[in-house]
Amino acid sequence: MSTTTNTSRLGSLLMAPVHLLMRIIDVPLRAVQKATGISGMAAFFLAPNMLIFGIFVLLPLVINFVYSMTGGTAFFLAERNFVGAEQYSRLFTCGSYLDPMSCQEDAFWTAVGNTFWFVILQVALMIGVSLITALILNRDLAARSFWRAVFFFPVLLSPVVVGLIWKWILQRQGLLNFGLYQFGIEPYTWLTDRNWTFAATIGVSIWAHMGLYTLILLAGLQAIPKDLYEAAEMDGTKPERVFRRITLPLLAPNLLVVVVLALIKAVQIFDEVYVLTGGGPGTSTLYLTQYIYETGFASALRNPGLAAAASILMGLVLVVLTLVQLGIGQRGEKKGKR
Amino acid sequence: MGVASRFILRRRGGKGWHWTDIVTWLWLVGGLIIMFGPAVWLAFSSFKTPAALAEFPPSILPYVTQQATVQGYDKPLQLFEAKLPDGSTRVLAEVRRIGVMSQMVDPKTPGEIIKVNMNDRTPVRTLSFATENYTEPFVHFDFLRYLWNSVFVTVTATLITLIVNSMAAFALSKYEFRGRSVAMLIILATLMVPLSVIMVPLYSIISSLGLFNSLWGVILPTVATPTGVFILRQYMLTIPDELIDAARMDKASEWQIYWRIVLPLTAPALAVLAIFSVVWRWNDFLWPLIVLSRRELYTLQVGLSIYSGELNVQWHFILAMTVVTMIPVVLVFIFLQRFITTGIAGTGLK
Repeated sequence: MSTTTNTSRLGSLLMAPVHLLMRIIDVPLRAVQKATGISGMAAFFLAPNMLIFGIFVLLPLVINFVYSMTGGTAFFLAERNFVGAEQYSRLFTCGSYLDPMSCQEDAFWTAVGNTFWFVILQVALMIGVSLITALILNRDLAARSFWRAVFFFPVLLSPVVVGLIWKWILQRQGLLNFGLYQFGIEPYTWLTDRNWTFAATIGVSIWAHMGLYTLILLAGLQAIPKDLYEAAEMDGTKPERVFRRITLPLLAPNLLVVVVLALIKAVQIFDEVYVLTGGGPGTSTLYLTQYIYETGFASALRNPGLAAAASILMGLVLVVLTLVQLGIGQRGEKKGKR
Repeated sequence: MGVASRFILRRRGGKGWHWTDIVTWLWLVGGLIIMFGPAVWLAFSSFKTPAALAEFPPSILPYVTQQATVQGYDKPLQLFEAKLPDGSTRVLAEVRRIGVMSQMVDPKTPGEIIKVNMNDRTPVRTLSFATENYTEPFVHFDFLRYLWNSVFVTVTATLITLIVNSMAAFALSKYEFRGRSVAMLIILATLMVPLSVIMVPLYSIISSLGLFNSLWGVILPTVATPTGVFILRQYMLTIPDELIDAARMDKASEWQIYWRIVLPLTAPALAVLAIFSVVWRWNDFLWPLIVLSRRELYTLQVGLSIYSGELNVQWHFILAMTVVTMIPVVLVFIFLQRFITTGIAGTGLK
């Protein structure tokens, strides 16, 4: 009892300068309120957020188009010369569209190809794993919240830490080789092999993100009315049929949302892969965001205009995906109203 | 014990074992190992000496081979437990190795050399934690600087996020004004604009504002999160307007209403946003990597990635720094996991 009053006393002591500050701020704000009226204050409350939005999100969005139509290596717009659609045509100049190496910007098409296969495989596998995990967690388990936390744990880890953890496991003296050694398999340097590295980026990103999708799917599963299952049980329906006829159709909206969300995230994959493989060996794990980053900032032949053009193309893909997501959400809402 | 196992192995229906029960338990235990194993392995590894890290096959726990200074030899010698031809085992120090034979001496009687087959000896090892992996980076790598930069960015960005987002959410939920739906639409639309799409122009804006190579350049673009405005607005909509009208009758100013009535009532949503914001900002990588090019400004994530990408990776330091970087997130996970999981399940946002 006394400790609680002590902490609250300490809290109010710490908050005292904040309250004083707020009281001081209040004086000029009252004057503003008198001048603009109550609805004018709405603009005041909205202003800081919209200002930051405007400067750091909307403005960049607009000048990204300007960037993509200018050339040179300078970053200030005034020092850049207008080149029209040259950057785009450079991205699309290819000998044959089936072979990235025949393109002028072969790195871009390599990145597009890598990202495409990464997105397809990662999302398909991850949603499969997440769905199985969610179905298992939805069973009558002891300590369900503990198990849920187990699968959620890596979601909070920073991508850099995720990359380092797996770099450490996949290296020559790592845990994977140790495990295989127990079965008499010789150690292997996984991260110098193109195919294994590509597979590793998929596996690691699934490991890091599946908990989020499991959580959303689990929430969807738990929202399915229990009496449907009870009715099915009374009719003696087979579990496979229950899954196909009740669980899957009722989970479908959630599943769609999760797939689109996973697609949006997968297209932008960068951090953990950059730390794990750096895009290598060669260009085997070079993905779009890294291409944009390196073209814009890191390489010796940097070309911000080209990077902007590539980022706009990527943005278009993301806009389409987001619109699909919003469409699904609205359809779900309408259904709910009915 | 019986009660505990019955509780843990509780199954649906309580009938016999169904194949799905077996799959469930294999999946859960496998998941436990795959999800926690790598991080635990990393944590154990971080206490190993460089020599132990280079070993294959590696040991799980951090062991060091024991050494002893023996009279007549300059360098300390490695201790082994050797099986002698007569069947007895003795602790001996290795002098040198020739082929498969190892020349060893007894530390107590260094005069006499004993030859032992390599396969008949095992190193004497003791559990030992190389805490210098943790203490030395503070001196070698400006580690304390990175830690401070990360803490500064995380705390400042979270505070600004809470204030700015809650003000916007207040305006969007409690006032009727022209352009409200437009403002809401703009905020929702920015959900579509991830950093990877606007990094080139954003960089030019940051540098024209003179924020390149400044921690503020890392903080400012991240604070007006659409997710935050969205969560807080949804919550504020549930606060009854009568409360605000009553305060207005008592001559409270709008600022007072925001600060003394709405904000305290929004505390649960603010807490969720604060947790998210701390995790987001602590984990941010790509943007700090672009904005910060001077070593003394690196955040932990940037510093870690730069040092781990160097030619001669000093893994014993990298591992220890990784563990330190993980600590705040693990703490959040242990104590606040419940808030986060319900937050995500409720809004579908991360």
